[in-house]
Amino acid sequence: MSKQKIVVVGNGMVGHKFIDNMIQHEAADQYDVITFSEEPRLAYDRVQLSSYFAGATADDLMLTSEGYYQESGVSYVLNDKVVEIKSDENKVVTASGREEAYDKLVLATGSFPFVPPIPGKDQPHCLVYRTIEDLEDITASAKQSKVGVVVGGGLLGLEAANALQNLGLQVHVVEFAPRLMAVQLDEGGGDLLRKKISSLGVQIHTEKNTKEIIDGEECRYRMNFADGSFLETDMILFSAGIRPQDELARQFNIEIGERGGIVVNNFCETSVKDIYAVGECALWNGRIFGLVAPGYTMAKVAASHISGGSEEFTGADMSTKLKLLGVDVASIGDAQGRTPGCLSYVYQDGVADVYKRIIVSEDRTKLLGAVLVGDVEAYGTLQQMCVLGMDLPESPEALILPSVDGGGGAVMGVDALPDAASICSCHDVSKGQICCAVQDGAMTIGDIKSATKAGTGCGGCVALATQVMNSELTKLGVEVNTDLCEHFAHTRQELYHIVRVEKIKSFDDLIEKHGKGLGCDICKPAAASILASCWNDYVLKDEHAGLQDTNDHFMANMQKNGTYSVVPRVAGGEITPDKLIALGQVAKTYNLYTKITGGQRIDLFGAQQHELPLIWKELIDAGFETGHAYGKSLRTVKSCVGSTWCRYGVLDSVGMAIRLEDRYKGLRAPHKIKFGVSGCTRECAEAQSKDVGVIATEHGWSLYLCGNGGMKPRHADLFATGLDDETLITYIDRFLMFYVRTGDRLQRTSVWMDNLDGGLDYLKQVVIDDKLNVCAELESEMAQVVGTYQCEWKTTIEDPEKLKRFRTFVNSDEKDNTVVFVEERSQIRPATDEELVRFVESTESEMA
Amino acid sequence: MSNTNDYSWASVCESADVPSMVGVRALLNGEQVAIFRIKGQLYAVSAIDPFTKMAVLARGIVGDLKGKVVVASPIYKQHFVLEDGSCLEDETVSIKTYPIRESNGKIELAIAEAIAA
Repeated sequence: MSKQKIVVVGNGMVGHKFIDNMIQHEAADQYDVITFSEEPRLAYDRVQLSSYFAGATADDLMLTSEGYYQESGVSYVLNDKVVEIKSDENKVVTASGREEAYDKLVLATGSFPFVPPIPGKDQPHCLVYRTIEDLEDITASAKQSKVGVVVGGGLLGLEAANALQNLGLQVHVVEFAPRLMAVQLDEGGGDLLRKKISSLGVQIHTEKNTKEIIDGEECRYRMNFADGSFLETDMILFSAGIRPQDELARQFNIEIGERGGIVVNNFCETSVKDIYAVGECALWNGRIFGLVAPGYTMAKVAASHISGGSEEFTGADMSTKLKLLGVDVASIGDAQGRTPGCLSYVYQDGVADVYKRIIVSEDRTKLLGAVLVGDVEAYGTLQQMCVLGMDLPESPEALILPSVDGGGGAVMGVDALPDAASICSCHDVSKGQICCAVQDGAMTIGDIKSATKAGTGCGGCVALATQVMNSELTKLGVEVNTDLCEHFAHTRQELYHIVRVEKIKSFDDLIEKHGKGLGCDICKPAAASILASCWNDYVLKDEHAGLQDTNDHFMANMQKNGTYSVVPRVAGGEITPDKLIALGQVAKTYNLYTKITGGQRIDLFGAQQHELPLIWKELIDAGFETGHAYGKSLRTVKSCVGSTWCRYGVLDSVGMAIRLEDRYKGLRAPHKIKFGVSGCTRECAEAQSKDVGVIATEHGWSLYLCGNGGMKPRHADLFATGLDDETLITYIDRFLMFYVRTGDRLQRTSVWMDNLDGGLDYLKQVVIDDKLNVCAELESEMAQVVGTYQCEWKTTIEDPEKLKRFRTFVNSDEKDNTVVFVEERSQIRPATDEELVRFVESTESEMA
Repeated sequence: MSNTNDYSWASVCESADVPSMVGVRALLNGEQVAIFRIKGQLYAVSAIDPFTKMAVLARGIVGDLKGKVVVASPIYKQHFVLEDGSCLEDETVSIKTYPIRESNGKIELAIAEAIAA
């Protein structure tokens, strides 16, 4: 049987999702898929578009790659728009004249931004907000502007306003309707949102009908409104809704809805045989779905139908929860109470600026909708109750009342949810799947995220997913044992607290008062790290020496053959020719293998333990200090060359990298920590793959936190923007010390943050808003660590008693004969097992 | 085990050369021996990690697990019982142990030939 040819028009988020569904299909090899896109690149994440302004690049936003399509046998044509459908011949024709035959045609042409027909709308600084190219235009325009206006106070419009504010503009939002987010919010919610956003410096103008755009007097343009008022601005961003991109279908006689949109049935089939439509271009039951989740569902349904399945599209829940300009907003179901006979409960807190309303059925048994502004904690429970049509509790008001002494609050437990309940709508993860992951051994929300992907999209479901996980753990009778090891019935965090509060200075003291036995290779290094974080004592002090892993004990990194590697600090990767020569000379003298590390420094391998002090004597004389490559501590601050040399650099990234590395060097932490500093948003220092990433922008530093490379790479999350040097360092001080205090043993910052209840937002509240009232303490603890820094190697080589530890044998000056090197590419390397056997045989035969 | 009086003893170092809770390495007739002092008690075992064949055990962290005094290999972290040389993670593997004593301010190990005798 020959393969079926499937042509996909448009490679946006939904078009790509359709293709991905076909690739994942078990009979994928029976289909040939080809996609056409008028854009210059394959699908990218439009939902996260605003992160582009915070430093994300086009590459970061990509949802797929040409390589992935090639590997999966998907053909793709970029920059070529399909302009004709010959449905009687089952063929499409592109702008470049290419003809492509199809067995099935899928239209995923998406939507375009609606620009109201205002005279003067087509001027150079009048823009829209949909593609990466649009963002490039906006950035360029913002550079020449002081004031910006967003036309449209809906969800996208407010996101665009946020972007303009981040670009440093004075921002106005102009809305035709009497309130913001008129589609999702009711009057009370809209009013509070307006109040909150206004207090952030964004000026809101509602009930404004723009009549014309003419030349301005103080700014570039003037917008004249129908009521006679006007507003001056340098640029205008239209975000007044979307319209389905249905032109192609319209021209070639596929049925179109009265107000646009390609009419589809429950299988996403259009009125013409073999042609489907999915996503924002499709009109189902008279509705266009402008969110990505319903689009993804359509993609799945169409893929299923083409491959013989029977899935149907039966509408979608349009509930949303998001953060707009820092304000939490959520809307569920019939948020405006339009259902006949419905009743509502409202909770309003004018002090904390919280507004919550639930809309219930006439008989008070079902939840129909809800609006939440300022506090969206109840979103997960309410959304599930609404979508699943669950019965309301006896006093529905308890769902939105604040909890008092543990009573009240969102009383519906997750146990009431059926297994099929969708917990994560971004990745379509059900309650049942999370329960399965727990049964398979997941114990933390971090485990759940990696096993199911739940919570890794918009992150809105993390709290709910955590509740499901905890409930399932309890059901399984799993008592999560967080004891550090058999010697301490405490977590690392508890021990840290004990050490601080009781001013405990030694492991012996700690285990005597709070543990039992001798300790082990788990608790000893953990205690050593805590003691070092708290008191910053010299690591080889007699009472600490036995606690250290061999790396910390010998202040070098043990390699597979028992020898060590040595890494001196090269702060920010900046090194003088003299120091480079000195490193080369040391390596030559001791015949060490040299390699450049990923952290922009030089690793010298193959040193035996007795050689370490000799090597360090020479390195210290040449002006080096220890690089802490052996410690669970700050490793490197990688940097690009920055504004000093680079044509594109915005700020001095090397200078900042050196300043940061010098500040935090030697800080002991639960896990190793890496930093990166990039001098512009091209991000050559790869700062977003680090625990702490700093990226220069024209408005100051952007701070990214909790990324990592390694086994499970993770991009860092944007934490704050527009920072000056001092604020940047203050935030990093607080963040690091909070992590050092509360992290678990060997827990990376990413996992630590994922496990914080509230994640990134909570971290912002602690570090920026000082929610726990601990920032002063965190800063003073950091000051203590910074103030007591010493180069451990310098201290060591000055102490003859300590040097004794580095002897290979207590009773001989012989070398360790198990260490054998062979030469490869003009340097040494450890002998392999086979080479060792040969070596032993030849020495034995020599002896015989 | 036979009575320790039957061994002939070789002095390997001063008592002060073996600190508490931190291992040291000695050479005894070409064999590398790891020596530990834990809560006053001396232990001597082969310094060679049987999993990697490298002489690293004197550089492991000592402690106790389930009541047994152990050293953890610094390479892949298996635990060896210092009393009898057995490995907690793999019962088919063990390391050699050496009789050890402290006498007149010296640390002494039993000499192999005497054990064989």
